Amino acid sequence: MNLRTAPQRGFNFDYVMWLFTRLSALAMYLLALIGLVGALLMGARQKMSLADLMRWAFMPEVTHVLNTNVPNIDAWKTIFWQGMGITFLFFASAHGLHGLLNVEEDYLANAKVRQVLRILVTLIWIATNAIGIYVILTS
Amino acid sequence: MGLKRNVSLRDALRYQGKGPMLTFILHRISGLGIVLFVSLHVLASFMMNQPWGAQAGVFINSIYEHWLFQIFIFFFVLFHVINGLRITLLDLWPKLIEYQREAIWLEWSIFLPVYGMAFYVLIRGGLGG
Repeated sequence: MNLRTAPQRGFNFDYVMWLFTRLSALAMYLLALIGLVGALLMGARQKMSLADLMRWAFMPEVTHVLNTNVPNIDAWKTIFWQGMGITFLFFASAHGLHGLLNVEEDYLANAKVRQVLRILVTLIWIATNAIGIYVILTS
Repeated sequence: MGLKRNVSLRDALRYQGKGPMLTFILHRISGLGIVLFVSLHVLASFMMNQPWGAQAGVFINSIYEHWLFQIFIFFFVLFHVINGLRITLLDLWPKLIEYQREAIWLEWSIFLPVYGMAFYVLIRGGLGG
């Protein structure tokens, strides 16, 4: 039987990531709200369906506007919205992939396996961010 | 100093934790679902614009646009968002944990009508209404 070390109290990686998960959740509520309000200010109320509006709120990326009735997409692909998209991607990927590790480590106790998975998830995190930022900046 | 963990996955699933346990397990499942969905969607959106992967990218993204898939992903995202707000608020203001069960009831009373409406719209659109 493999033994898992109990999380230590105090200021350490586990605590920082615990706090990051909560704070990034709050940050993503704020980002989604800004995306929602921004879309409504740019005329989404009459030119977008609710599903498209949700899609935009969760990722303000210009390809999410292409299939709507918005006639001119210039205002939807500014540096501001690209920055918002990249910020959202950063919070979402770190929050999500750390959550994946958190769940997986509750069921797998083997230290070797956990070490391999930690490295693997870190690599997936870097790759997702790189690919996502490329997609946001080139679309 | 080690913490012994010999609870198997089967025992964990049979644990009778009622309401809070249900939100815990749904939060995990929905979180894993969103990680899978978002990672594949980022990858597919990248492949769509590459000559070697356009077909595969369009294929994956066309699954996401299907109404049957949207019924699932909207459940996952909406539940994770509402339950996550409860967890965040109760964890950052620990005095509120006393009212956890009330918060869970409040959470379902928001989730069910909102999801119900979206479910109705998706089913009606999907069946060609």
